[in-house]
Amino acid sequence: MVETSVNPVKKLLEATEVDTRILGMVAVLGLLWLGFGIATDGAFLTPRNLWNLSVQTSSIAVMATGMVLVIVTRNIDLSVGSLLGFTGMIIAVTQAEWLPALWGYDHSMTWVTALLVGMVAGALAGALQGFVIAYMGVPAFIVTLGGLLAWRGAAWWVTSGRTVAPMDSTFQIMGGGPSGSVGELATWLISGAICLMIVAAFLRGRHLRRLHQFPLRPVWAEFVLAGFYCAGVMGAAAVANAYPWPSRIAERYAQAEGIPIPEGGLVIAHGFAVPVLIAVFVAVVMSFIATRTRFGRYVFAIGGNPEAAELAGVNTRKVILLVFTIMGILAAIGAAISTARLNAATNAQGTLDELYVIAAAVIGGTSLAGGVGKVAGAVLGALVMQSLQSGMVLVGIDTPLQNMIVGVVLVIAVWVDTLYRKRSSL
Amino acid sequence: MTDNQQPLVEMRNISISFGGIRAVDDVSIDLYPGEVVGLLGHNGAGKSTLIKILSGAYPMDAGDIFVDGQPVTIHNPRDAKNLGIETIYQTLALADNVDAAANLFLGRELQSRWGTLDDAAMESACRQVMGRLNPNFQRFKDPVKSLSGGQRQSVAIARALYFNARILIMDEPTAALGPQETAQVAELIKHLKSEGIGIFLISHDIHDVFDLSDRVSVMKNGKLVGTASVDVVTKDEVLGMIILGKCPPQVEPGPGAVATDMSIEEVC
Repeated sequence: MVETSVNPVKKLLEATEVDTRILGMVAVLGLLWLGFGIATDGAFLTPRNLWNLSVQTSSIAVMATGMVLVIVTRNIDLSVGSLLGFTGMIIAVTQAEWLPALWGYDHSMTWVTALLVGMVAGALAGALQGFVIAYMGVPAFIVTLGGLLAWRGAAWWVTSGRTVAPMDSTFQIMGGGPSGSVGELATWLISGAICLMIVAAFLRGRHLRRLHQFPLRPVWAEFVLAGFYCAGVMGAAAVANAYPWPSRIAERYAQAEGIPIPEGGLVIAHGFAVPVLIAVFVAVVMSFIATRTRFGRYVFAIGGNPEAAELAGVNTRKVILLVFTIMGILAAIGAAISTARLNAATNAQGTLDELYVIAAAVIGGTSLAGGVGKVAGAVLGALVMQSLQSGMVLVGIDTPLQNMIVGVVLVIAVWVDTLYRKRSSL
Repeated sequence: MTDNQQPLVEMRNISISFGGIRAVDDVSIDLYPGEVVGLLGHNGAGKSTLIKILSGAYPMDAGDIFVDGQPVTIHNPRDAKNLGIETIYQTLALADNVDAAANLFLGRELQSRWGTLDDAAMESACRQVMGRLNPNFQRFKDPVKSLSGGQRQSVAIARALYFNARILIMDEPTAALGPQETAQVAELIKHLKSEGIGIFLISHDIHDVFDLSDRVSVMKNGKLVGTASVDVVTKDEVLGMIILGKCPPQVEPGPGAVATDMSIEEVC
């Protein structure tokens, strides 16, 4: 029998089997938001700012989910920022120069073709780095440091340094903004669907535990946990729907569509931004890959003991190659989001992103020693980093101070994590 | 007796070098079904290296391996496992950060019909096999890092047994164990032997393996000193083989044996 504690908080944690590290991060995020909310007289906690925060986090969050796998296998990828620049440039040139020459402007297939070309380029670039690391035995730090320079140069080289703009109008949806949001009704529908999936996942988990006669969570704990998740999803939907389009844009839209403008102005809610939905989708897929597939199991086994994984018959080189290939694809998705958002591709795009991505993964509990990490943690880490930056801008802290604070916070976060690990392993 | 049977495994004239050092030099050993062969020698004699060739961890430079009389090629651990060769390494070779079930099935995970990991089925199977090996074991959810030496050992043993090994290699299986657990491993070896599994038992300590083995093969400096049935040699004679490379007269000397008429200079 598992001994049950008298302390109600401990009892709650034990019964819900919740990951205390993730819970701690949610608490830190909550405190951060509360602190900035107070410091900015509520400006930080307006739907508008939170909505923008979510859009700004998307690109880094997408890449951070892949960085978790890279770091878990005891590797590092310093090239993701440059890779974002390179693939972003390829995506931009494909849709702004190559495809229009073939199909004319605003062809319905342009956006998806450009995205796929970018993802293939990212996959090839990532696979090339992965091949050198896994099969030629060059340390990942060196290979991706070379990549940091090489891909940035390649981004420059594609257009001889020219900025490419504008993007295809359909493609721009991936960047957010009024037209890149799904609107009020779709937001509620999506949230409702996610909540149903959460409930289904809980029921299935319970069913599986019963099937194999494993101990079940108490029913109240299931309700608390599922309720907590669903409330989070619905809360996010409510916030996204509380941020209306700017009145000018709404008026123009109404005129174009022939909708009469009611008294007091037309209110059209943004709803979830498309880049945020992309990031959530990527995070779910990556989480699935990490925890539910053989490949994911091998990634973690290699991180725990590379020799053991090899002796157990795991093709460790192939796994490493694939991890870097996935990282390349995710950099291209990040690039699509950021080029769509900027409505342009520049050759400086994604500069220093590698550091934010690594920081997000590490703050999210990924251990640089390998073998430990969570995709959800990395997404939360990206949100913490972005909240910190966005909050400091709103509070009016000078840019040099902002960087200093972010640096210090990163070190403190890892230190606290080290303390946590030491205590929990005792 | 084993004489008229076909050997389960035969390794012939195996050699491997690392950077000019011949770690294993022209060694031939064999193993019959239901037999325990103790592979003895000092640290650095080449025992573990020889056995890692059989388990697929190292590619050999020269030699032949036969399983059931058929020549086989073993390029990697997967090939060895497909031939029914399972290994319990001295280091245990466990991924410390994942739980017992994940280690048990590492490289051979059970999958649901959707191609996803079937963790529940794996944990269930793990509970069954661990229940036989180590009935007190309850920590199925914890990473193996947090387990005791004996518990980790039982996870490593469970991994070798679960997949119906025909040939079991145990490299210093009792090195991390207390007396009680060592006795358990001895019982287990006797049980497996009775099921017709062939076992290579590797140790640098003759006391660990002499009573459990049917035959002993002794290596010194990468070469085979000789192979003898435990019925015809004493512990002291085997000790002489290990330390001096001196083959007793009733044992056929291998390439690594020191001829009795050799001078002291040549021995050293």
